[in-house]
Amino acid sequence: MADTQTKRAFKWEPVIDHGILILGALMMILPIVIALTTASQPDVQIIKEGLSFQIGDQLDDNISSALFTQGGFSGEITGMLMLQNSMILGIGFAVGKIIIGMMAAYAIVYFRLRFATFAFWIIFTTLLLPLEVRIMPSYEVVQGMGLTNTYTGLILPLIASATATFFFRQFFLSVPEELVEAARIDGAGPVKFFIDILVPLSRTMIAAMFIIMFVFGWNQYLWPTLITTEEHMYTLVRGIRQIIQDQDGATIPQFGRGIMLAMLAILPPVLIVVFFQSWFVKGLTESDK
Amino acid sequence: MKRAGFRTISLPMLLLLPQLVIIGIFFYWPAGWAIQSSFYLQDPFGFGSTYVGAENYTRLAGSSEYRKVAWFTLIYTALVTFLSLGIALLLAVKADKVIRGAKTYRTLLMWVYAVAPPVAGFLGLMFFDQNVGPITEFLAGLGWDFKLGVNSFDTATAMVMVAVWKQIPVNFIFFLSGLQSIPRSVREAAMIDNKSGTQRFWDITFPLLAPTAFFLLIINITYALFDTFGVVDTLIKGEPGNNPITLVYMVFRDGFRGGDLGGSSAQSVVLMVLVLILTIFQFRLLERRIHYT
Repeated sequence: MADTQTKRAFKWEPVIDHGILILGALMMILPIVIALTTASQPDVQIIKEGLSFQIGDQLDDNISSALFTQGGFSGEITGMLMLQNSMILGIGFAVGKIIIGMMAAYAIVYFRLRFATFAFWIIFTTLLLPLEVRIMPSYEVVQGMGLTNTYTGLILPLIASATATFFFRQFFLSVPEELVEAARIDGAGPVKFFIDILVPLSRTMIAAMFIIMFVFGWNQYLWPTLITTEEHMYTLVRGIRQIIQDQDGATIPQFGRGIMLAMLAILPPVLIVVFFQSWFVKGLTESDK
Repeated sequence: MKRAGFRTISLPMLLLLPQLVIIGIFFYWPAGWAIQSSFYLQDPFGFGSTYVGAENYTRLAGSSEYRKVAWFTLIYTALVTFLSLGIALLLAVKADKVIRGAKTYRTLLMWVYAVAPPVAGFLGLMFFDQNVGPITEFLAGLGWDFKLGVNSFDTATAMVMVAVWKQIPVNFIFFLSGLQSIPRSVREAAMIDNKSGTQRFWDITFPLLAPTAFFLLIINITYALFDTFGVVDTLIKGEPGNNPITLVYMVFRDGFRGGDLGGSSAQSVVLMVLVLILTIFQFRLLERRIHYT
């Protein structure tokens, strides 16, 4: 209705809108596409001609060398092993965080406990300081406990923050009061109410939290770099550091293998985020508010 | 707390126990240790430590290198924050507007969320490489002799670009969900009152998005300060040398490479205070947040 006079004229606005969006999408996707096409070329050619926009014939060779060739200083690390370590870190972190967070949030929201307010503050202060600012002493503590190069030492210190607890607290508070009243009238105890009513009700929230936490855990870099010094404990993301050092020293850097390992490092979290997009977006925008 | 809450005491204590034990050991203990050791000077050969009072802090305040790193961090944070917020806002407004392909655009623009910062840095390393990098080649065509890892300014430029690339998706997701939560009636009323799309954006949409933008501001500052460690570390190949580094990187470098536990702890404490101020600021903003619906 605003454009009655120019109704028949060609409209530029949608073209510009789409142009900007396509430009943005290309900016996001091109680096990965070029990295992949480059990784399909022989390493010698990459050094000669730079990153490549064409698909070569080395794709499967580089994939299999990324997955199965033993690399590193000790020669005991393969892509598969790093993938396994990353999975353990991602899943272990997400599951641990959700279980501990749900338990604590349930205790804080559903029980008349004077101690609850104090616990609430103790727990939520942890939201204030990310691991990075207390990295040195955290390392000292974990090392003192003899937990370097263990999955426990890798995962537990990362769990020591209240993001999931906060998220579930918010959600539990939004659950109607009548539910717990009804459950009590029916004679359900706290354990039964939690397992039979609250957990099934939180399914979507649990899924959303799992995606966010899995990606967060999988993508950890600084902490694994400090805590895992033995190569058989490397995760894919931590392994990036090794790849760069290997490439730096080599006369013919193994570009193909390196890029493939990097692609392997982004594949699982990207797939999860893309396929479970709506849950993930819901969880993200609701948890941080 | 629910009004009709259960009255058992032992069960909630039991439920809280794992969380409290973990944060006790891995949060409060290290945080306390950082504060304590910032007042001590560590013997470089491991023969104990001596109480030196505020010396670590005064040394920090007098250090020209620390001031340089702090300045760089400030500029870096400001650039990363505003560039990624600006680009993401533009893309979100357009993605909210188009009818065709809206879902495809959304997916293409948000998946980078899942890419780890060091992997983004690794890609940056290849694209800005002296010999094989296409961006270096492109910039050479413009007369810019780009030298990653040699020229500080060039290295810093690459750091900003990679960090922005990695951060656009998060901002995009939040802006888009903010835009989509603006009620239809408000949009229609604005359409009737105001013909110009640009003016409508600044008069109606932008003020309605302000709470989201404020919230994202804090998120982005925290990201640029802490989460870009992976970007910085990969782009400088783990060799600080003369390269620009951020404050968190300096904590890491002095603590682990330099063995200066006291100085590193003092830096940690300064960062803690900084984050505390930011968080308090954020909470106050959230309290005052205006709800239009």
